Amino acid sequence: MSDRVNSLRTGPDERGHFGIFGGRFVAETLMPLVLDLERAYEAAKQDSAFKKEMDYHLKHFVGRPSPLYFAERLTAHFGGAKIYFKREDLNHTGAHKVNNVLGQIMLAKRMNKPRVIAETGAGMHGVATATLCAKFGLQCVVFMGAVDVARQEPNVLRMRALGAEVRPVESGSKTLKDAMNEALRDWVTNVHDTFYCIGTVAGPHPYPAMVRDFQCVIGDETRTQIMELEGRLPNALVACIGGGSNAMGLFHPFLDDRDVAIYGVEAAGHGLDKQHAASLAGGRPGVLHGNRTYLLMNEDGQIEEAHSISAGLDYPGIGPEHSWLYEIGRVKYLSATDDEALAAFQLCSRLEGIIPALEPSHALAKLEQLARGKPKDHIIVVNLSGRGDKDLASVASYIDKKISA
Amino acid sequence: MTAVTRIDSRFKALAGEGRAALVTFITAGDPDYETSLAILKALPKAGADIVELGVPFTDAMADGPPIQAASLRALAGGQSLKKTIAMVRAFREGDNTTPIVLMGYYNPIYIYGVETFLKDAKEAGVDGLIVVDLPPEEDEELCLPAMKAGINFIRLSTPTTDDKRLPAVLKNTSGFVYYVSIAGVSGAATPEASKVTEAVARIKRHTALPIAVGFGLKTPEHARAIASGADGAVVGSALVEAVRTSLDEQGRATAGTVKAVTDLVTKLSEGVRSARRQAAE
Repeated sequence: MSDRVNSLRTGPDERGHFGIFGGRFVAETLMPLVLDLERAYEAAKQDSAFKKEMDYHLKHFVGRPSPLYFAERLTAHFGGAKIYFKREDLNHTGAHKVNNVLGQIMLAKRMNKPRVIAETGAGMHGVATATLCAKFGLQCVVFMGAVDVARQEPNVLRMRALGAEVRPVESGSKTLKDAMNEALRDWVTNVHDTFYCIGTVAGPHPYPAMVRDFQCVIGDETRTQIMELEGRLPNALVACIGGGSNAMGLFHPFLDDRDVAIYGVEAAGHGLDKQHAASLAGGRPGVLHGNRTYLLMNEDGQIEEAHSISAGLDYPGIGPEHSWLYEIGRVKYLSATDDEALAAFQLCSRLEGIIPALEPSHALAKLEQLARGKPKDHIIVVNLSGRGDKDLASVASYIDKKISA
Repeated sequence: MTAVTRIDSRFKALAGEGRAALVTFITAGDPDYETSLAILKALPKAGADIVELGVPFTDAMADGPPIQAASLRALAGGQSLKKTIAMVRAFREGDNTTPIVLMGYYNPIYIYGVETFLKDAKEAGVDGLIVVDLPPEEDEELCLPAMKAGINFIRLSTPTTDDKRLPAVLKNTSGFVYYVSIAGVSGAATPEASKVTEAVARIKRHTALPIAVGFGLKTPEHARAIASGADGAVVGSALVEAVRTSLDEQGRATAGTVKAVTDLVTKLSEGVRSARRQAAE
C-alpha cells in the first residue's frame, strides 16, 4: 500500500508490539536465542535466494497455489452470498500449517540447528514439522498434550512414520498450552542445537510476525485468484481462530482494503457461559508464552483451561496481532460452539464432498449468519484451513455421546 | 538507585562474616497457607539467610516438575498473589531483618496491577522481586517501577548471557544477581562447581553486586561447593520436594512437614557455613 501512515500492515514495531500486545516475555536463557532468530529472519527476508527456494518448495512440495473453489451447493443451500473456499486442506500434509513450517525449517537449516522441536494441538503442525524435518534431514521432537495424543491418534501415527519423536505431555490440562510449556522447557535446556518451530502467530517476537509473513501466501493467492474469477475483491473473509495463523495469513493482505469485511471465529466450546476457548470473547489482556495478548484466566491471573471439540483451537490465548485488530475494530470476532461446528462439518461433507477439519468447521458454522439473506453477488471467502480425516474418530464419539446423553 | 534494602544489609553483614548466604526457596501456600507460613517463619532459625517466596502460577514455564507440582498444590489449596503478600505481612510481625524476595511469573502481578502490587508488597515487607519472564527488553513493565518503589529487581543471568549482553542484564539490577547455573529448568541437572566459579568471576568483572547461584543445587555438598565460589547458594526444588514427601496420601500436611524442610535447611546451612571462600571480595 502506498499510504503507509494509515496502513494496518506495518506492525509490529521493532520491539514486537502491536499496540500494547506482543513483546518478548521470555526467560533470560531464551532471550539471546530469540534475538538470534530475529536477526536470522531479517537477513533471510532480504535474501532473494531464500525467497526463491521457498517459492520452489511451495510449488513442488506443498502443491501451491491451493485452489480458490466455488462451493456451489453450499451457496445454493444458504441461497444468499456466493461462497468460495480457499483450499488449504489440499496442501501436502493436509492443512495451512505447512506454509509456516517450510519457512521456519529453512531458517533452522540456515542457522545450522540440527534439532527441531514443536508443540502441537490437533497434530497438524506436528505433522508438518515432522514432514519438513524428514525432507531436510533434521531431528524432530514434537510435544503434544496427552489428551490430544488420545483424540488425534492418526496424526501421532503419521508423525512417528515420518521419523519424529512424539512426547506426550502429562502436566497441567494436557493440551496445547501445556505442550507449549514443555517445548519452552526443552528449548531452555537445549539452547545450542535446537530450533523451536512455533505453529501459530503467537510467542515472543519475532514469531507472531514471522509466522504471519509465512502464512500470507494464503491471502496473497486469494487476492490474485478472486480477481481472476470475479474481477473484484470479496465482500467478506471468514476464518477460524485458535492461535490464529490461518486467519492471519488470509486476513493480512486485505487489512488495508477497508471495504472487505473480515470475520474471525473463535471456539465457543460448550457455550460462552460454560467452558470454551474464545479468548477475545471471554478473556482479557495478560502475559503468557512470551507475549501480551487476550487470555482466559481467573481473577488471580491463573490461566484457565480452554475447551473445544477441536484440539487445534483448544488454547486459552490468541495471537497478539488479533488482540490488536480486535481492539481497533478492523476484524470482527464471532464464535461457534462445538455443536454448531459439528453441524457445519456434516453439512460441508455432504453438500460439497469435502470433509473439513473441525477447526475450519467453526468458520463454516458462521455462514448461516454471514451468507443467508445476502445478495447473490455478495462474495464470501472461507479459509478451509485443513482436512478432517484426523477428526473422524472424535466426531463419531461426540455424536455417540450426544445420542446416549 | 534504590534505597538500602534488607537484602543489601544482609549481604554486607555476611561479607563481614566472610561467608556466603543460604538462599532458600519455598512456594507460598504449599501445601496450604498455614503450613507454608509456619515453614516460612521457621526458615531463618534453621539457617536461611534470605528467603525466596515462590508465587504460584499455573504455567511455570521455566521450572521443572518439583516446582510445577508445588505451584499446583498451592493453587489447589487456594493460594493467590494477594495471600502471598499477606503471608509476608504475617512473617514481618516476628522478623524485620530476613530479606524476602518474591519469585514468579509476570501475569499474576500484571493482573493484580503493577502500581497496587508494588505498594502492597512494599508495605508488607517484600524486599526484592525475581520475575522469570521479564527480560531487560521489558524493563518498563515492572523493573523500573519497582526500583522507584524501593524494591530490588533481581535479574537472572544465565549461561547464554554472554559478555556483550551482560551489561544490559545488569543495568537495572539491584540487590543481587541470580546466576542460573545451567541452561535448563529448575531442579534438573546439577552444575559443575568449577564452571560456576568461572561464570561468577566473569559476572564479577561487570558488577559489584553480590552473586547468588541457583538451579540444580540439591545437597549440603552442592551448597558448600557453590558457596565457596559465590556470594549465595540458592536451593529450591529440593525443599519443595521435602514438602511433597512429607505429605499424607491425600496431599495434606502432616506433623512432620515443617520439620522435613527445616532439617534440610539446617544441613544446607552447615554446608554453606563450612565453605572456604575462594572468590576474592
